[in-house]
Amino acid sequence: MKHKTFFWFILPTLSAMILFIALPIISVIIQSLHVEHEQVLITVENCGPFGCTESVAVDQEATEALLEEAPLGRFNGLGTYTNRAHLAFAELGEAWRGTDTWAAFWDRVMSLPFYAALAFTLTYTFVVTPFVLVLGLAIAVGVNNLPKMFKGVTIFLSLLPMMVPPVVGSLILLWMVDAEGIIGATIQNIFNDPNLSIRASGPLMWIMLIVYGIWSSIPFSFIVFYAGLQTVPEDTMEAATIDGASKWQRMRHVVVPHLMPLVVFISLIQLMDNFRVFEPIISFQAGAFAQSLSTIIYNDLREAGNPLYGSAGATSMLTILGVVILLSPVLVRTYRDFTRKSSH
Amino acid sequence: MFLKKFALASAMVGLMSSAAFAAGHANCGPEGQSVRILASDFPAIQAVMGAAEEACSASAAEFTRNHTTEARDIMNAALTPNPAEYTSVQVANSTLTQLMNDGLLRPLNDLVDTYGANIPPNLLITIDGNVMAVAFMANSQHLYARSDILEEAGVEGVPTTYDEVLAAAEAIRAAGIMENPIVANMQVGWNIAEMFNTVYMAHGGEFFEPGSAVPAINSEAGIATLETMAALAEYAHPDHLSQASNETQATWEAGQAALGFMWGSRGSVILDEEGSSAEVTENTVLAAAPIVDGVGIPGATLWWDGFTIAANIPDEEAEASFAALASALTPEMVAANNDDAVWLLEGFNPGRAAAGVAATAQGGAKPYPMVPQMGLLHNALGAELSDFMQGSESAEQALADVEAAYTTAATEAGFLQ
Repeated sequence: MKHKTFFWFILPTLSAMILFIALPIISVIIQSLHVEHEQVLITVENCGPFGCTESVAVDQEATEALLEEAPLGRFNGLGTYTNRAHLAFAELGEAWRGTDTWAAFWDRVMSLPFYAALAFTLTYTFVVTPFVLVLGLAIAVGVNNLPKMFKGVTIFLSLLPMMVPPVVGSLILLWMVDAEGIIGATIQNIFNDPNLSIRASGPLMWIMLIVYGIWSSIPFSFIVFYAGLQTVPEDTMEAATIDGASKWQRMRHVVVPHLMPLVVFISLIQLMDNFRVFEPIISFQAGAFAQSLSTIIYNDLREAGNPLYGSAGATSMLTILGVVILLSPVLVRTYRDFTRKSSH
Repeated sequence: MFLKKFALASAMVGLMSSAAFAAGHANCGPEGQSVRILASDFPAIQAVMGAAEEACSASAAEFTRNHTTEARDIMNAALTPNPAEYTSVQVANSTLTQLMNDGLLRPLNDLVDTYGANIPPNLLITIDGNVMAVAFMANSQHLYARSDILEEAGVEGVPTTYDEVLAAAEAIRAAGIMENPIVANMQVGWNIAEMFNTVYMAHGGEFFEPGSAVPAINSEAGIATLETMAALAEYAHPDHLSQASNETQATWEAGQAALGFMWGSRGSVILDEEGSSAEVTENTVLAAAPIVDGVGIPGATLWWDGFTIAANIPDEEAEASFAALASALTPEMVAANNDDAVWLLEGFNPGRAAAGVAATAQGGAKPYPMVPQMGLLHNALGAELSDFMQGSESAEQALADVEAAYTTAATEAGFLQ
């Protein structure tokens, strides 16, 4: 395609992307470099149904004047990125100097919100993604080998976890593992411990979130792999069979290499999705044991009453950076494949 | 009594104004205006806003009410444009400061003079001489107790201090009646922070250095507070870190708890016949929040609910909105919805469901701090206390973490330099 034609062809998409993706990201970057203007505090008398008290209030006029002067707030450079709520360089250094053992240091690091969230986010991403790939492929191969009359029903059932809205799916599981629920009560019975509760234990909660993550993402990889299996060249398979390759060998040396582009595609999407894990933590009310980068952004924007835009912006940028780092091996590989092919 | 005092204080003005209402002519202010109300969604609020609509929708060109549990999250955004999306927002202690921090509310002094004849002066929320809101109902946490179970365990009377609560819980456990007799709203996030606030109040703690936004919770009172919370958690449902009002209420109604730290607003729901057995409803006692020996302040934060008027609207709309809402605060409205809330208005007849809040207020409980930076401290408490509650951190470290998290947020928000 000529460059000019290509340009006109891509223009609508490109302008939409700039308008709806690039510009918002730029505005988030700008936001993350600023903090709010100073709040001028004055001591006033507050009166209400429960009596009067002396307390501080924001001096609206003085604060308004500061706001007029600098509508974006005060420029803070990368200060927000390095403060305790984010990369916490100062706190890390202090923890390093103040502790003697690795375990004690790790304890201090894990009480910093960003690193605690990062630890869960990475664990979740790196456990869920391989399981989704392997189990999705296994189910796809299984369904592919079913007699025709069962295929439709099995495909439908396998897709169910994807059709159930995430909130509903996780709430149902939550009620099941509740101390009064069927799974929770059974576990208590087996171990004969009335205080054993999945919702009260950090490790069990992590396992449950990960299991839920795998369960809800498998249909996606299943359906992609299933579609891919329909394109496996039959003559190659036949040739392999004639050469005496076993079922497993055909799988290992013919099917999987053929599906490799799909593996890359699913890994890409899954790494990206899992790194932004959010709904299960909220719907499982798992905040005590697991936070992710997305839940701390949510917390900054929603729970504080008056949102902390700078802080949320900084975490957003760090999340984007994390996704880029995670995806870079896959992207580099794709780019190499692309240049190799186009040079043919 | 606390509530009687309110009734008396408002009696005179009340009499004068109710005469006017009896004649059936609510003063709705200028005609043909638009009244748009944003409010949270529970029966008492519905009742007030409904009464306002009934009285004044005829004289208004437009009268809309949006009742949503998400009110707190949308109110600042909704009032920021000019003209604002709503003319009036229903608020409580914490949401009032949230709106005032952004300068979104209109002082009501002139409107009170014109339309507020039936509003007792103590219901005017006044900050630096400006009336910013009008309160109409109260709420607070307090102690729920099951008298039958306490009796069975050999505990005399309802516990009045935290030590007595713990002793009673131990007695119930020792008697083999319940393994976990305590329920409390300790869900990580807003709820556990509010639990901290109440116990901290009981220990006589101050949240900030006087006259500033510098935190002061890493103190003896703070450590004692966390120790009390950990001791209570020993006797609480194993899932307590993920339980809030809906879960604790369900546990209580299922008869699986004997001592509860819950909101007063759950009282009428727990005491009604729905969702629970007669054994539970008949033996549930609503008592004052416990105190700490030697301090004597009930472990609760008093809350009020009230209404405000947006800053970014024309004066006529503000007038019509205020007049409509003020006209709803009548003894008739209270009488028709008596058990839905602890009303601060004339005509309220405190029933069983209001006993806990009344006793807590009478005992000298303090209001939830109405300072602009409180939301940030509350948020930091909610995020940083979970390590301590799981036993993986000392009380000192937890409080230091809370102060560090708060300081970071407050610096970004401009409260600390």
